[in-house]
Amino acid sequence: MTNHWVDLKNSDAILIMGGNPAENHPVAFKWINQAMEERDAKLIVVDPRFNRSAAKADLYAPLRSGTDITFLGGMINYALQNKLFNEAYVKAFTNALTLINPDYKGPADLDGVFSGFNKDTKAYDAASWQYQTEKLTVKVKQKDASGNEVEVEKEVSVPKQAASIDEPNTVFSLLKQHYARYTPEMVERVCGTPKDQFLQVAQMFCASGAPDKSGTILYAMGQTQHTVGTQNVRAMAILQLLLGNVGVPGGGVNALRGESNVQGSTDMALLFQDLPGYLGLPTNKQTDFKTYAAKFDTTSFWSNGPRFATSLLKAWWGSAATKENDYAFNYLPKSSGNYSWIPLFEALYKGTIKGMFVMGQNPYVSGPNARFERKGFENLDWMVVMELFDTETTSFWRAPGVDPKSVKTEVFLLPAADAMEKAGSITTSGRLIQWRNKVGAPPGEAKEDIWILDRLIKTIKAAYKDSSAAKDRPILDLVWDYGDTVDAGLVAREINGYALDAVKDAAGNVLVAKGAVIPGFATIAGAANFDAIACGCWIYSGYYAPADDGTGVVMPAAKRRGQKDPGGMGTFPFWGWAWPANRHIVYNRASARPDGTPWDEKKKLIWWDPNADSGAKDAQGNPILGKWVGYDVPDFAPTKKPDAKANPAGVGLAAQSGTDPFLMKADGKGWLFAPKGLNEGPLPEHYEPLESPIANPFSKTQVNPVVKVFSTDAGKDVGDSVGTPDKFPIVCTTFRLTEHFQAGAMTRYLPWLSETQPGMFVEISQELATEKGIKNGDAIEVASARGKIKAVAMVTARWKPYTVDGKKVHHVGMPWHYSWVGVATGDSANDLTPHVGDGNSMIPEYKAFLVDVKKA
Amino acid sequence: MSQITLLVDASKCTACRGCQIACKQWWDLSATKTTQTGTYENPRDLESNTWSRITFHEYESGGKFQWLFLQSSCLHCTNAACVDVCPTGALKQNATGFVSFERDLCNGCAYCAEACPFGIPRMETINALTGEAKASKCNMCQDRVTNGMTPACVKTCPPGALQFGERTAMITKAKERVETLKARGYPEARVYGENELGGLRRMYVLTAPASAYGLPDSPQYPVLASAWQNVIQPFGYVATALAVVGLALNWVATRRSRLNHVESLAAPAPEAPAEKEEV
Repeated sequence: MTNHWVDLKNSDAILIMGGNPAENHPVAFKWINQAMEERDAKLIVVDPRFNRSAAKADLYAPLRSGTDITFLGGMINYALQNKLFNEAYVKAFTNALTLINPDYKGPADLDGVFSGFNKDTKAYDAASWQYQTEKLTVKVKQKDASGNEVEVEKEVSVPKQAASIDEPNTVFSLLKQHYARYTPEMVERVCGTPKDQFLQVAQMFCASGAPDKSGTILYAMGQTQHTVGTQNVRAMAILQLLLGNVGVPGGGVNALRGESNVQGSTDMALLFQDLPGYLGLPTNKQTDFKTYAAKFDTTSFWSNGPRFATSLLKAWWGSAATKENDYAFNYLPKSSGNYSWIPLFEALYKGTIKGMFVMGQNPYVSGPNARFERKGFENLDWMVVMELFDTETTSFWRAPGVDPKSVKTEVFLLPAADAMEKAGSITTSGRLIQWRNKVGAPPGEAKEDIWILDRLIKTIKAAYKDSSAAKDRPILDLVWDYGDTVDAGLVAREINGYALDAVKDAAGNVLVAKGAVIPGFATIAGAANFDAIACGCWIYSGYYAPADDGTGVVMPAAKRRGQKDPGGMGTFPFWGWAWPANRHIVYNRASARPDGTPWDEKKKLIWWDPNADSGAKDAQGNPILGKWVGYDVPDFAPTKKPDAKANPAGVGLAAQSGTDPFLMKADGKGWLFAPKGLNEGPLPEHYEPLESPIANPFSKTQVNPVVKVFSTDAGKDVGDSVGTPDKFPIVCTTFRLTEHFQAGAMTRYLPWLSETQPGMFVEISQELATEKGIKNGDAIEVASARGKIKAVAMVTARWKPYTVDGKKVHHVGMPWHYSWVGVATGDSANDLTPHVGDGNSMIPEYKAFLVDVKKA
Repeated sequence: MSQITLLVDASKCTACRGCQIACKQWWDLSATKTTQTGTYENPRDLESNTWSRITFHEYESGGKFQWLFLQSSCLHCTNAACVDVCPTGALKQNATGFVSFERDLCNGCAYCAEACPFGIPRMETINALTGEAKASKCNMCQDRVTNGMTPACVKTCPPGALQFGERTAMITKAKERVETLKARGYPEARVYGENELGGLRRMYVLTAPASAYGLPDSPQYPVLASAWQNVIQPFGYVATALAVVGLALNWVATRRSRLNHVESLAAPAPEAPAEKEEV
């Protein structure tokens, strides 16, 4: 989330799209209801299915699953055509005025692709998407050979800006051209949303573009689990930037994370392509620290990236990480391919992976094309599962239809402790980190995860202790000092960062004494000897440092439960600690006008106070006045004036001006147009899901051109088959229920919850039921190109047939929680889902595929 | 506390069913083995081990489709027929207005279930052979409420749809909410339970007619209960007195019988059947 849960109460317009908080984040509605009741906020739900969130909405609009870019593109077009965007915000805070390479061509010109596409490699050369630059000659101070400061001339290159947003080749005019094709008529044709309903949504939400209003977009897996998932979210970000809704209270692009600590696990890099704090895993082309460090921008806060990476290497390898050996950079694994879920299970299926460690997951139920992925389990020599209960994964060898004698895999179940049975931190979707104490001992032989991992690492280290091979140094040199009985507090200390030696500034003053925790990542960014700091995750730096809870009581920041809420904006700065630096709304410089005054008195968050003491003194010893003040920690250089000019020769934030709120971007601007970072283009373009009932009405480019379509054993009973609408004419999506959690391990054993949702069902419209002779409660069969499942038909007026590109298309939906172990059992939806992922993140396309249904 | 009311603002309910589970958790009620039959609603009805549940209703009016959710449970009538017909005092009107229930006092007569205009109380068979049974229903978390806490369902409700407090304050709140809802596109919004049956202590804010939620539009105090209260119950006291006399005679008879037949010690205690037969 750019914002946070409590902040929903500050919103005037709440758009839920690809999420369903009423069912999956029930507490969210405490704040949504408050916004609706106290500020007459409007709630809009756009979803293929009329769900429990839709039941609470002022406005519900249906859309066919997989067409979000068309819908959001339509809203972007609506905001532009009707001049509902926040012009002052767009001009000052986004890259609207920046000029793009004149060679750039968009999908309107190139039948669905952008310039630079290579059909053979299915990849883009992004050269034509880049900013135009201009050369400036600036005077910079530097030291000459004898150490004297001299002024020299330096040529620098900066992005070229237009005087008006409407000039040709500006980001703004390219955006306008691109989305001019996304008319209300196209929305109706592609999404199946009646034009008048679309226009109502556009009008209601775009009203939040007024400077005294704010609107928020809430999304979850309904937005991401598509072949265009990342671009779906990009489309939301573009709309929000246009409306001036990013960085402001009640605004933002807000991902509702699906588990209580999934934000924390992402922050800690439980993803194949990352290192903690989003530093990025080195690739095999980055052969030394210098080439790795070169990937970080030098004109944004990422200029500190190499320092943060160094502190991470120091945390992991301590004294073995020295300046001379590149801080043990060569100990890090380098990626040479894609190790995301689908390729991993393709490798399992082919037998190239021999062992698997599964921690708190139930892939038997949760993976796409699950029948295919389960076959992969049988190729393993061993599988270790850390779990609360016996699950379908731990018992795959005795599943229905599997002969245990035919399975060679040796399976170990390590009974694990539940969240309440261990101490540690939980990070919410709003980046708020809260420390939780252990409230009871785990039953029987169950152990805390950290206990199991500690034993595992100690055993591995012991096994290698006599090795002298260079390749084993990363194991032998690994710092592992969390006590005989591992102490979560010591792990937290390392994540926060602590001084391996006295940390000093350039003048030699001690900033942090040896052994003490550092107060925040500014210390890493500013210290002269930053390599004296071990920090396991720079964005968490400060979360375990001593802090006041607002009553004068000092404790590790994440343990605080202070109740004060200055300004009544729901920030609660003394409750826990939000990364980064206890900022609750990121990019919050944008909560004030370019001149530093609030957009509106009622939406005040931070603002420039020209009379506040900055804490610094001028040459005469007089206090320098002026700083950012307010109810949240400024996500900005605290004393940088709103009218401060950028220093084109500067490094890091010095290269950015007083109106550059997006300080993690090289130009400090919100990117309406993304010259880099995304594989399939600088602007979201509509492509159909891998399996679609129609040909793409926008272009002949049917599917996201950069996705990899797997085809192992296609056409066989178990394989990566792709369905076509002649055989499978019905669009299907999957969803979660309030009553069950994810793959069900934690809920399908609980009698009370199983009672409320006892088994598998499929929601179908009355019209489809009539066509197929199905009555409510009938047993039906749902088939896709990958398999067939049985379920109970839930015939409901909450689904209606869609009219898409002139033809009637039925749409159904089903929960994905079920399988055969536990109290509540049923067939698995993922027996049907396809083996294809998003063009950037590789998240599987669980949310849009083709099926057929019939009475069983 | 003076008079209390639990306000169910159905317009804010998200049907998360936290209340349904919290009730089972607080009262340690067992789960029912249910099956999926084409609805989110499960268990399919109130049961002796399910005192509260969320019901789901699809409703369309004036071109607007609504999926309605309702916390269905005892409504705690001010003119509570169940209290009037209860012969043992197991059901009572608490001084604060809700209808309390003391399971130990219940003799399983089931009159409450028959008299309730909403069909709420459920009978639990304790012993199939003797016919021993107990009534069950929501008792407004009498243990919590009489100790200054809110009912478990109110405590757990994430979206704030359930509120508990002084009755006049709840009525004011409900009326204000109805006005807000009318302005927000729900012309059929209404308060249910301000005056019905003397006032329901589980009072609702609805966005559709009561019948759309499966509630009676105008619930009536049952005629039979009036008859019971005015005619049969006074007679019942006489009958009870007669029963006491009968029991004494029975004791004498039984004692004689015991002297003659030792095995008759195993016979069931005479009190229960005697009382059952006579009322």
